[in-house]
Parts: sequence; structure tokens; C-alpha cells
Amino acid sequence: MKTLLSNDNLRILVPALSLVALLCAVFYLQPRTMSYMGLNLMFNLAVPIALATIAQMFILAVNDLDLSMGAFVSFSACVAATFLEQSPLIGILILAAAIGVYALIGVVIYLRNLPAIVVTLGMSFVWSGLAVLLLPSPGGAAPEWIRAIMTSRPPMVPMAIIASIIIAAVAHLIVMRSSFGVIMRGLGGNSRSVERSGWSIIRIRAMTYALAGLFAVMAGIVLVGLTTAADANIALRYTLLSIAGVILGGGEFVGGRVSPVGAVIGALTLTLAASFLSFLRISPDWQIGAQGAILIIVLAIRLILNRRERKEKRT
Amino acid sequence: MSGEPVIAIAGARKGFGAVKALDGVDFTVTPGECIGLVGHNGAGKSTLVNIINGGLNLDEGRISLSGGKPVNSYSIRVARTHGIRCVFQELSMCPNLSVVENVRIAHAGMKGFGWRSRARKVVSELLDVIFPDHGIDCRRAVGDLTIAQRQMVEIAIAFSSYNSTTSLVILDEPTSSLDASRAEQLIAYVKSFTGAGGAVIFISHILGEILDAASRIVVMRDGQVVSDKPSGEFTVNSLVQAMGSVAAASSERRATVVRSEGEKPVASFPRSRDAVEFKAYKGELVGLAGLSGQGQTQLIVDLYTSVSGDWKSRREPQAAFVAGDRLSDGVFPLWSILRNMTIAMLSEWRRFGLTDPAREAAFADGWHEKIGIRTKNLDNPILSLSGGNQQKALFARALGTSAPIVLMDDPMRGVDIGTKQDVYLMLREEADAGRTFIWYSTEMDEVCVCDRVYVFREGSIARELTGDAVTEENILAASFGERTS
Repeated sequence: MKTLLSNDNLRILVPALSLVALLCAVFYLQPRTMSYMGLNLMFNLAVPIALATIAQMFILAVNDLDLSMGAFVSFSACVAATFLEQSPLIGILILAAAIGVYALIGVVIYLRNLPAIVVTLGMSFVWSGLAVLLLPSPGGAAPEWIRAIMTSRPPMVPMAIIASIIIAAVAHLIVMRSSFGVIMRGLGGNSRSVERSGWSIIRIRAMTYALAGLFAVMAGIVLVGLTTAADANIALRYTLLSIAGVILGGGEFVGGRVSPVGAVIGALTLTLAASFLSFLRISPDWQIGAQGAILIIVLAIRLILNRRERKEKRT
Repeated sequence: MSGEPVIAIAGARKGFGAVKALDGVDFTVTPGECIGLVGHNGAGKSTLVNIINGGLNLDEGRISLSGGKPVNSYSIRVARTHGIRCVFQELSMCPNLSVVENVRIAHAGMKGFGWRSRARKVVSELLDVIFPDHGIDCRRAVGDLTIAQRQMVEIAIAFSSYNSTTSLVILDEPTSSLDASRAEQLIAYVKSFTGAGGAVIFISHILGEILDAASRIVVMRDGQVVSDKPSGEFTVNSLVQAMGSVAAASSERRATVVRSEGEKPVASFPRSRDAVEFKAYKGELVGLAGLSGQGQTQLIVDLYTSVSGDWKSRREPQAAFVAGDRLSDGVFPLWSILRNMTIAMLSEWRRFGLTDPAREAAFADGWHEKIGIRTKNLDNPILSLSGGNQQKALFARALGTSAPIVLMDDPMRGVDIGTKQDVYLMLREEADAGRTFIWYSTEMDEVCVCDRVYVFREGSIARELTGDAVTEENILAASFGERTS
């Protein structure tokens, strides 16, 4: 019992249980969602959010915060709906260059000792501007292959669920199991210790930011695959959603404590919360506020559990 | 013993601003040696350790490694590839990672499939050897372990080797969180490690341990090596003597007032773990001494929070605080000198919620003259001043309040000697006028100015010295010494 309720297990248990509770509530309100189609519809839009959440989680793992996430995903979506669809090679080059810029930002933040929030806030305007240049008005078209993947109907389990599981598994391998992931989280936990062991902080940070960029690009492509067209403002909400998803999933703002599986669950919970509120017939005007209330409740539960554990430890 | 040194440093000099941390040090470590390194605060131990592990670069001097040739660009990486490892004084692992993952951080060569099980094998085998029955689960996060367990893990990781040899391990206060039997196990392992040809540098404030573990003892003082002899030629007493300065040219103490039997202290702070109860009387200079980081700052902070309000500020403050770490706790770096001086007074002067610029300027001008801040214009940014003059502005901030008690957390770090004399003089005047000063200092000459001194060791007050008993020798003897628990 004691090991089951250790800090790390709690981190993943609370978000998982809140997702299950929310899912039960939705099934109770609208039994028809308990089907292949229903689940797919509810969780479809969670896939790009999950990818963006994982991207944000990389940044949080090294104690930074990325405020350009939404703008960057929008930019990637615009590239996917224009260049990637018409001339794939140039599209890939542009996206690769964007990932390179992400790595560069990570290095610059470290070398110049700048606050990541300020730099990424500035970058968000750059990405938004580029997105508007690409698609001044909503339009473009999704590349065939991503459209095919996102609308495919595998037997038994809907695509949205499979995609979420794959994202969680890959991110778990990179962050929790690989030796690079260990050093990245170590950087978040105690950067001096990592530095004293002879590691190059610059290289680790560049890699971390590049991985974040990669996942954010995938979020943009997947989003276009779902919506079939893009818009310069398509994913602006993702900045706050991704941060909320990481925190909801058991991550913390500082200290390198993140959980990829939790982050994906957090993204699913946030998406489901919106459906739940619709089924409750809450007017859309109140939904954002109600979503915030759900977030506060889950975080409060975690805080209380953590505090109780700390008290137990002291005695 | 083989003659080829693991590392040899010749003519090492390193300065931090006005402070000479290392002033011409020659230091050699040969395989099979355990060197005990002792000295009081600011003697240069930490600087020397950081030079050896590559964290700091020398201003002057030569470093040569086992090849015998001088190394041009010595760095953390060069040190690590030559098998030099360090256990730092403050626990320095990643608390969010498991024990196994921390092994991975320490060994760059540990990669590829299955590194987890290999890392676990390396660290758990060594833990079993050094600390039998340690009871540590290597899969747990380091942050969940007790402090003693963390220290044991850190020691085991430092001694571990993977695809490389560990030639020199620096142990900086390795036993600070271990109990006596674990410390004995560590010393036994150090002996077998050096017996097998490894080298160890052992730093501890428990002189008995040093005498027990080390084969040679190097005593440092004021950035220089003052004694370097086999440990058999030292005793606890002779070590304490070697650490002290030969000529105690401290300024004379002011005449202490005889206190009546029933006088109530202005501040007291009884704690069960202290050997002597902490008390401070009106008009007294109370010193807090001992090695740095033995709980002095904690007492000052606790004392301050116990007399100041939690939520609302008080109109008549009980205590003022002078921070030692200027940049993080003291100055407002973007503000002018004047603003930095008057911030503590604003609530006393405010009218209708507004500040009073005329009174601010008058206050600052008065202190400018009184305390001698070297600037023409108080509207200059605070960071345009030298460290000593910044500190003077912070003193003005605290002394300008009406608080009867002034708490000082090692405020003279990196301050030149002239400024220090100015401040001593001012403190005495203020004390004569009835203010109480509680002064934590890492520097011996400052502590010796105080009327009464509490010496700290291992988080609690170990001894109280009064009047003429406040001497360097007594303070050293109380801050080093045998294990108390």
C-alpha cells in the first residue's frame, strides 16, 4: 500500500482516476457515446492537443515555459496545408528549419541567460506573423496521407485512442526510459550536478527544444489532417491547453518532474471536459470557466494528497 | 607508494575581487594517499577543491596530471576523464531522478541497451561494500530518501567506476549527515580504497575523523598551505593551533557592561537541541560563529520571523535584517541608491498612501554623509557601487529604522578592509546607544569584535564564549572537534 501511494505513482494515479471519473459521467449523461463512433468523435481533437502537450512537457522538463506553442502549432498547420500538400520536399525543409529554430532558441535562452517566457512570447508573434503570411485567410488543403491516417477506421479500437496510446508510449520511451531522457530530467532537477558530471548543457538543451519542436510540428500536421484546412489562428488555444495538460497530468513547473503518460491523459481529460460540459447543456459562454473549475478541482485533489504524504513522511 | 602524482598543482593563485582565495599554493596528490584538508572558513579549501575538479580556472599556476606534463586547458571534462570525482558539501544529486538514473548522470560511458541494470549493479554492489545493510532501494527517487541515505548514495556513486578508473575522490564534509557507525564504515572503505592505489582528499570539521582517515594532513589558512605533515605528527590540539593565525592582531574589544542578575534579554530563542540557550541583551554585540552552514543563518531567519508580523507589516519593527547575499536577498538591482536605502522606512513616512520624496532625500543625504557611501549622486543605480558601498547602503537601510534589534547574516562578504573598519566603528556607536546586534560572520576578526559569541556546530549552538574568552583558539576548538551525537 505504501509503495503504491508513493509520490511518483500518485502523480499518474490522480489524472488517470479523474479521466475515468469524467468518462463515467459522460457515459451516464449520454449512453450513446459508449460506442466506436462516439469515442472517436469525442477524442479526435485530443490527438493534436496531446502532441502539443508532450512538446510543452519537454520544455517544462528543463524548467522553462513555452508561450509560443499555440502560434507555432498554427504555423506548422499552415505549412502542412500549403507547402507540404503542394510540394512536399519544400514543406519538409521548412518544418525541419522551424525545428532547427526551436533548438537555437533553447541554446540562446541558456547562453544569454534570458527568461524563456519572454523569448517564447516574442517568438509567438514571429510564428503568428509567418502563419498569416502563408494563409492570410482560412484555406489550404490537408495532404492526402495524413487525411487517410486520421480518418482510418481500425477494427475494435478507434483511431483517436490508438494514436493517444502510441504518443504516450513513444514519449514515455524517450523521456522516462532512454538515457537522454534521464539527463534531460536531471538538468531540470539539478543542472549543476549534470554540469559537474561533464555534460554539455548546450547540447542537452538544444536536443530538448528540438524534440519539443518536432512534437509541435506533428501536432500541426495532425490538426490539419482532422480539419482538412488551416487558418493562422487555428491553434492559438494550444499554448494554455498544453501547459494545463502537463500540469493536470502530474507534471510540475520546476524540478524536472514530468510524466509523459500523465501529459497525454491530461490532454484527453481537457478535451473530454469540453464534451462533458456540452452534454450538461452548459452554454458555450460558460464552458471555458467551467473547464477552469474542473482543472482547479483536480489540482486541489493532488495538492491535498501530496500534503498528506509530506506530513506522513515527517512523522 | 609510486612517485607519479595523480595531480600536482604548483604556484596556484585565484582571486575573487579583492579577496585572494588562493595565494600561491603547491599541492600534490600521489596514489595510495588519503590527504586530510583542514582550515577555517575562507582558508581556501573549497576553492582548491573546485580547482582540482575543474569547476574553476586558476589565475596563475600550473596543473599537471599523471603524465607529468602541465595541462593547458583544464576543465571538468579533463578532470573526469582522469578519474577525479567529487562529493560536494551540499548534497548535489538530481532529487527527481532515481538512484540508478543518478548513476547514469555520473557516468557518460553508461549507455546503450540495458544500462539500467548495469548501473543498478554498479551502485548497489558498491553500497553493499561500503555501507553494509544500507537498506536503500535503488529504484526510488533520490528526493524520497533520507538525507543520510542520500549522502551514502552520493559517496557510492563517486567511488564507483564504469569503463574508467577512479583515481582520486574528493570528499567534502562526507559525514555531515551520517551517524558515527556509518562514518566509521566510510573511513574503513577509504583505507581499503587507498590501499588499492586510489587517492582521497578528505575534508571534515570533525578532526578526529581526519586524524583517523588521513595519511597526510594539509592545513590551510588565508589561501596558503601553512602545514603539510604526516597525520601521525598531529593531534587535535596541534591542528587547531595550526589553523589559527600566529599574530592575533584583532582590534580591541569594547568594554563590556556588567549586567544585573535580573535583566531581561531583548531576544531569546530557547531550542531543546542547543547546548546553551540563545539570549541577547540590550546594547550587545552578539556573534554567531562556527564553520559556515552549521545553522547560523537558520537561527537568524527563525528569530526574524518570530518577531515580525506574518501578513501585516508593523509600524514599529522589532528587528531589522542586513542580508549577506547582497544580490539575492539584499539590493533591488534596478533601483537607485536612494530608493534602496529608504525602502524600509517608507511605511513610517507615508501620508494618504503616498511617499514623501522630501523626507526620503533628507534621510538618504544624512546617511550618505554619516556612513560615507562613495558616490556623488544617490540617484545613481545601486549596482554602480562597489560591493562594500552597496553593503553600506544596506546597513543604512537597517540602521535607519527604529528597530531595537539588528540581525546581520554575514554582511561583510567580499568587503574591503577599509569599509569594514568604518562599519565596526558604526556598530559600536549604535550598540553604545542601546541597539542590539546579532551578527553571523564567517570571518574570525569580525567575530572577535563581539561581546559574546555562540559557536555553532551541526545545526545547533555548541558553546557560548563571553568577553575575554572570545579568542580565535577557543572558537576553533569549539567549531571543530569530536562528534557531538
